[in-house]
Amino acid sequence: MGSHGALKVVGRRLLQAAPVIVLATFIVFALLKLLPGDVAVTLAGDNASEERIAEIRRVYGLDRPFLAQYGAWLWNALHFDLSRSLLSGEQVLTSILRCFPNTLLIVGMALTLALATGIPLGVAAATRPDSFIDRTVMAIASLGIAVPNFWLAMILVSVFALKWNLFPATGTTAFSKSPTDAIYHATLPALALAAGGMAEVARQVRGSLLDILSSQHVRTLHAKGLSPQIILWKHGLKNVGVNLLTVTSLLANRMLAATVVVEAVFAIPGMGNLIVHAAIQRDFPVVQGVVLAMVIVVILVNLIADLLCAVVDPRVGR
Amino acid sequence: MRDTVARPPSRLRGFLSFLRRDLRAALALGVLVLLLVVAVLAPWLSPYAPTTQNVSNMLAEPSAAHWLGTDDLGRDILSRLIYGAPASLFASFLAVSIAVAIGVPIGLAAGYFGGWVDDLISRAIDTLLSFPAIVLAIAVTSALGVGLTNGMIAVGIVFSPQLARLARARTLVVRSELYVDAARCFGASSRHILWRHVLPNAIQPVIVQVTLLLAAALLAEASLSFLGLGIQPPNPSWGAMLARAYQTMEVAPEQMYPPGLAILVTALAFNALGESLRVALDPTLKK
Repeated sequence: MGSHGALKVVGRRLLQAAPVIVLATFIVFALLKLLPGDVAVTLAGDNASEERIAEIRRVYGLDRPFLAQYGAWLWNALHFDLSRSLLSGEQVLTSILRCFPNTLLIVGMALTLALATGIPLGVAAATRPDSFIDRTVMAIASLGIAVPNFWLAMILVSVFALKWNLFPATGTTAFSKSPTDAIYHATLPALALAAGGMAEVARQVRGSLLDILSSQHVRTLHAKGLSPQIILWKHGLKNVGVNLLTVTSLLANRMLAATVVVEAVFAIPGMGNLIVHAAIQRDFPVVQGVVLAMVIVVILVNLIADLLCAVVDPRVGR
Repeated sequence: MRDTVARPPSRLRGFLSFLRRDLRAALALGVLVLLLVVAVLAPWLSPYAPTTQNVSNMLAEPSAAHWLGTDDLGRDILSRLIYGAPASLFASFLAVSIAVAIGVPIGLAAGYFGGWVDDLISRAIDTLLSFPAIVLAIAVTSALGVGLTNGMIAVGIVFSPQLARLARARTLVVRSELYVDAARCFGASSRHILWRHVLPNAIQPVIVQVTLLLAAALLAEASLSFLGLGIQPPNPSWGAMLARAYQTMEVAPEQMYPPGLAILVTALAFNALGESLRVALDPTLKK
């Protein structure tokens, strides 16, 4: 197994990823072009002359056939040129690179929190099935999955920021400027995001641990007289690992999407704010760029998860 | 659930005994039926019109006249909550119907015909699954224009691959069953086989997933309306009410609780019903 299997997985997944990225951006590009209304007219502003509108069309390449426009966009994207915002004129790549670290910090912290709380809760529930602890954990998990994360965010702001003044209500600090201050600002948003993740992790850990603990080979270990602690830590949790990796990559993707709303509550200049404002103002190059960036991140996360799975479980790589 | 009632008596009896055995499912179904009644009877149940403003009575505390108080424009919160029910429920049902209409036939086709059809569809499913749902919904609303219907169409499209994948997997299993082979030998058409044999056997996991997706769609509606991309003012939906409550959070934090709790309870009910159905419909699943 080892590096050979892992390499095979990387190669196969990268080959699969290319058409997915092309198709995803094509769908969004097509949708944005199908819209009623002429971007050139909007850009030219009020009372613009016909010549001015025609010039804008030419400058932005809006007079070319649809496929040629998409081809040009894709070709430029391959050269790290995502064109410019229609409104601010800033390079889209520059906006994305400015906003992404803020989103990454929140998602990273939320994921860490979700795993740090979800795993112990899941283990506690699975080792005592149908007990009071198990039922409480499952009830908390149900709540965590059903609660709208932006509502939770609002409750956290109202209690911890507005009432008790423990955390800032809005804004961010760049991680590069002051890591502690950045983490301080990201704590409430990360908590709001982590609730659903914790619930999912707790459920999955409980489910897969219950499966393993009731399996034939664990029963044999019991019969051999191994202590329950050793069985749990050596045989149980090792097998939960692969399952947990899949859940973690799924969660990372879901949280990436969920930050869109949570960032709005905390007025954090992240990827979510970028795409929401661009969508409301119909700033298509920005919408297109953010979608591309998010799809690439999702694919990368899945790839890393697959790789780790191949390392942990040699059967996956074949 | 309604179509279960319309089925032959044996199914109905089975369903009733399922509810008797599973208190959680019965409770969840009760909440959802109650909600549906409230949604249908909204014009008769709500004490005020949901958009009537009264600037001399803004952000009022709960009272006999306004059981849940009034919002920042003096509108009765209980009335807006009641009128928000049909909007929010319509939005989830719309999104999930679209997901079913797209996903199930595509999944059946992929599983049944196999070969290059399956390859093509599976690749498309992978693509759509790599989209963060709300991000695509935002992109679509920016193209089609903001509004609840557009947003939920987008959510439906993003949800459809989940159902397609389920239907495909079930179809693959059923297709190779002996009775399907027999039907084929008797000269049954593909349409007949898909409609009479494959679909009925693939439908159970789809029903479970649909129930869970209704909760997800409800949360998606709330998110889109909260961002201002869903339902447009002054019409109420629970998400739009939360957006309003966000504006007045510093002076009246209690405004966020009625709509938030409504979303939470409804999503909990859909999820609980889905989980119970999953256990009830899947005989291999251990409790």
